[in-house]
Amino acid sequence: MERLAAACNNTVQEGMVVYTNSPKVISSRKATLELILSEHEYSCATCSRSGNCQLQTLAEEFGLSTDIYKKKVRKIEWNKNFPLIRDNEKCIKCMRCIQICNKVQSLGIWDVCGTGARTTVDVKGGLDIEKADCAACGQCITHCPVGALHERDDKNTLYEALADKNKIKIVQVAPAVRAAWGEELGLSPEDATMEKMGEALRQIGFDYVFDTNFSADLTIMEEGSEFLQRLSDKEHNKFPMFTSCCPGWVRFIKTQYPDMIPQLSTAKSPQQMFGAVVKSYFAEKIGRDPKDIISVSVMPCVAKKAEAEYETMGDETRGQDVDIVLTTRELIKLIKAANINISTLEDKPLDDPLSDGTGAAVIFGTTGGVMEAALRSAYFLATGENPDVDAFKAVRGYHKGWNEAEYDIKGTKIKCAVASGLGNTRELIEAIRRGEVSYDFVEIMACPGGCAGGGGQPIHPFEMFDERGERLRRLDYNNPVRFSHENPSVNKLYSEYLIKPLGEKSHHLLHTDHNAYSVK
Amino acid sequence: MARQKIQSVSKVEATVDRLYEELGSRVNAVSTNSCPIDVALGFVRLCHSQSCGKCTPCRVGLGQLATLIESVLDGEANLKTIDLIEKTAESIYLSADCAIGYEAANMVLVSVRGFREDFEAHVKNGKCMCHFDRPVPCVTRCPANVDIPGYIALAAAGRPEDAVRQIRKDNPFPTACALICEHPCENYCRRQMIDDPINIRGIKRFVCDNAGKVPAPECMPSTGKKIAIIGGGPSGLTCAYYLQLMGHQTTVFEEKKHLGGMLRYGIPNYRLPRVRLQEDIDCILSTGVDVKLNTRISSVDELKKLAEDYDALYIAIGAHKDKKVGLENEDADGVISAVEMLKAIGDDEYPDYSGKKVLVIGGGNVAMDCTRTAIRANAEKVSVVYRRRIADMTALEEEIFGAQAEGAEILELVAPSRIEKDENGKLKGLWVKDQMISEFKRGRPTPKDSSNGEYLIECDVLVVAIGQAIDSDKFAEYGLPRKWDQIDADGFAMIAGMDGVFSGGDCATGPATVIKAIAAGKAAAANIDEYLGFNHIIQSGVDVPSARIYDRKPCGRVNMKEEEANIRNKSFEPFEKGMSYEEAMQEANRCLRCDHFGYGCFEGGRISKW
Repeated sequence: MERLAAACNNTVQEGMVVYTNSPKVISSRKATLELILSEHEYSCATCSRSGNCQLQTLAEEFGLSTDIYKKKVRKIEWNKNFPLIRDNEKCIKCMRCIQICNKVQSLGIWDVCGTGARTTVDVKGGLDIEKADCAACGQCITHCPVGALHERDDKNTLYEALADKNKIKIVQVAPAVRAAWGEELGLSPEDATMEKMGEALRQIGFDYVFDTNFSADLTIMEEGSEFLQRLSDKEHNKFPMFTSCCPGWVRFIKTQYPDMIPQLSTAKSPQQMFGAVVKSYFAEKIGRDPKDIISVSVMPCVAKKAEAEYETMGDETRGQDVDIVLTTRELIKLIKAANINISTLEDKPLDDPLSDGTGAAVIFGTTGGVMEAALRSAYFLATGENPDVDAFKAVRGYHKGWNEAEYDIKGTKIKCAVASGLGNTRELIEAIRRGEVSYDFVEIMACPGGCAGGGGQPIHPFEMFDERGERLRRLDYNNPVRFSHENPSVNKLYSEYLIKPLGEKSHHLLHTDHNAYSVK
Repeated sequence: MARQKIQSVSKVEATVDRLYEELGSRVNAVSTNSCPIDVALGFVRLCHSQSCGKCTPCRVGLGQLATLIESVLDGEANLKTIDLIEKTAESIYLSADCAIGYEAANMVLVSVRGFREDFEAHVKNGKCMCHFDRPVPCVTRCPANVDIPGYIALAAAGRPEDAVRQIRKDNPFPTACALICEHPCENYCRRQMIDDPINIRGIKRFVCDNAGKVPAPECMPSTGKKIAIIGGGPSGLTCAYYLQLMGHQTTVFEEKKHLGGMLRYGIPNYRLPRVRLQEDIDCILSTGVDVKLNTRISSVDELKKLAEDYDALYIAIGAHKDKKVGLENEDADGVISAVEMLKAIGDDEYPDYSGKKVLVIGGGNVAMDCTRTAIRANAEKVSVVYRRRIADMTALEEEIFGAQAEGAEILELVAPSRIEKDENGKLKGLWVKDQMISEFKRGRPTPKDSSNGEYLIECDVLVVAIGQAIDSDKFAEYGLPRKWDQIDADGFAMIAGMDGVFSGGDCATGPATVIKAIAAGKAAAANIDEYLGFNHIIQSGVDVPSARIYDRKPCGRVNMKEEEANIRNKSFEPFEKGMSYEEAMQEANRCLRCDHFGYGCFEGGRISKW
């Protein structure tokens, strides 16, 4: 062949002889890369992806020159308050964001806009991003090879807050963060313990380091009880009940299937429950005004940044439940910026009283985990006895479509389904709406594989959700306590403060009306 | 010392000529919906490169126009910029000394006036909102959106049966279209950027000739819905076919003795043999269509009853009424209309014009059909009179050349003025006036009377082939809105204010092509299904082979051969010869697979279902 075949568009087939290193290929790759660079703002020094940028790596490998072609970079204005930021100047038009959003997440927020030389990626239909039904799942970010897509950087807000001596600085860390934070810090999964991370966070300046696992268990108590309550009144409730812990999913249902919002559990997500408990129960415990507390979370997620800002996620006396949300990637940068030598950190326990978490809580970070945790406790709440802890494992794992299983809780059959990835979610919901399938309880996570593959996690040129999910499963397996209802701190919170699941205080602090806030 | 040089073409000139030629074919293959302003900018830049530089308006002005247009594209302009573009272009148009300058400026004026809203949208949005959504030119330009690269790939893979299935997903008349489609797809084929368009119709003919009988797919479960279809032509039968597949029961009401509409009653056997047409019709009917032949719906009451008895109604009556030329003595014995002539042939009543002189008025494909039919009916002499030039005729070039080769003379720039008849009312001839071609009106050069006087062309038969009208009066009486004689249906074949009544094909658009009628029938089927509360999906179930990777080197286009003119002109038998196996394979492998290479693989490549 005289011409080259584009690797992006042609798959290798049996019997093909492919030359990837011929002089023709090498010189043509080099020229193409130089053309890409000619419309790329290579401000590597300040770029969030410096050091983890496929273009940067290739530029280095090929020894690219930037003075061959005239630089022509085009800027497009962007709402810098939105959790998802796009820099057109850095976009190389690989269009992976369009593909992941269309084909995997089924939302089609991104589109090819303009024609000819001005062709670029932009929000479909010329909409502003905040009006575009974006779930803020962040999958486009983790599939962007360069720094054109990134989360809103809230590190500076955090630094300002940390500098305020009059404030109590607390941080909670979501389950899935522990499965991924070591990847970019040179830590093996065994060494990347939650306790080491806690030490690092203390060195960064937090007064208390807590674990979102605590409120994951709390979520199970509330959501599990809510499910049983709905189940006891089948006539007045529509099924399935959907989990509500994933804000990407909640944004999705609110824009795509608003008529189904009442089927969402009213339970707030673990992040928000945690914030609410910190600014009430915990504030009382330490005798401080809730407004003196800076509530920070580290999440594997971009949508959590949006969630924390909804008007119903807080009240006038305590302010927002969560003030600052950082992604796993931002956490890694904080650690690097603080020059913390991780290898010297000791495994010191996290702080009391909000750090107890069960094995059921840690699997919130992977697809099927919330369902499994909920079923473990629902069984107990309904029957007074614990089931076999691994009885509900049929709902684990990511693939195209969804997992389903039917369980018998002492005579009551419960049909449940689990989907992750919004494309799979749409398929499942459409099947439910067409009446082809019916379930009592459905868990949805917006990112494929769940939070382990979350849009706020470290970025690699390959998928990591399976491996990280396994890490979380191992943590569950190794935890002596694997039932949310056996979390001693959660039980203490109920006996000292909340009284009971779905009680008056819970209703006020831990539940929300999903119709009362707007995601646009 | 020599004083005059013989002109020769330098290498540079030859190369530039080639560039212009390539540009020409590129422009021909214009199937993308590029940003119109970007196109205008490219045009101005090219014009500017042609400027000799003598005059300021052209030398400087065209460059400034380009800069201004670019600022619009880059979102750096405001509404005043658009005014400035218009003002500058106008001034260049008025003041440039030669056409290089003033015609370039004129085209900018045409642009800024033709798509001012696009200019304004760019200014208002600060960016171009145009969107590339026509990745596969041939499919986009086929009114029925037939999966052309798909069936060409199947042809190349030696799977003609699957190719037919793939075509039938969008068009239940593969054989008829293989023989007579006007193939708008070919006009936009991207292959012409390399050499010439793919012979798409030829490949389609090859698969239809070689597939044998391919059964229709199974119908979906019955819905119990009944749909009445008035008109058994390509549009009505297409609609019936897809509705049957969707599980509805259709009944087709046809006023003539046979189904096929203009495919049978407009197109002669030598172009579309009845037996071949019947292959398509048989397949369509195999889905269970109920047919009522010789049944004309001729009263408002009958229409009302149909509307009551059926769940939906599709009106596809075509355009089968004569159009009179409006000349004195048009009633003379020997004057017939094209519709009459072709209808009789449709019912197998062939005329015998032995020893007669036949004259045809008209310049379209139907005029050529009448001409070539008259030749085959053994006429002593056949001529065509046309007011404009041959180059202005709307008939396909191959039809005109074919008629000429078979012995017809085409008299261009000749306008009929009156008809001469004898005392018995018998036609004697046609008085005509010579024309000269003159100024453009509405984008076409118009003829006007030359100073030569009127003269008589003697003839025994005068065929009036100046178009067809629509027999829509009773439908108007029933309450259907009309535009002139056309039924006023919208782009979805729906009629405002008439729930459940649909219309499409020639009767809604005026006489047009077969593939447009088919496309209307397909859209009507989808929209009737939707109207009845269903969402049945039509798909072929055929896997299209993936695109092969090889250099698409320039290679000539295979055209189909025809029987020698002086043999074929004595017979109504078909004369076009299909491609040989080798020809079809070579041609099919010329396909650039725009469904895969380029944008096609990314978005909107194959429409595998509808």
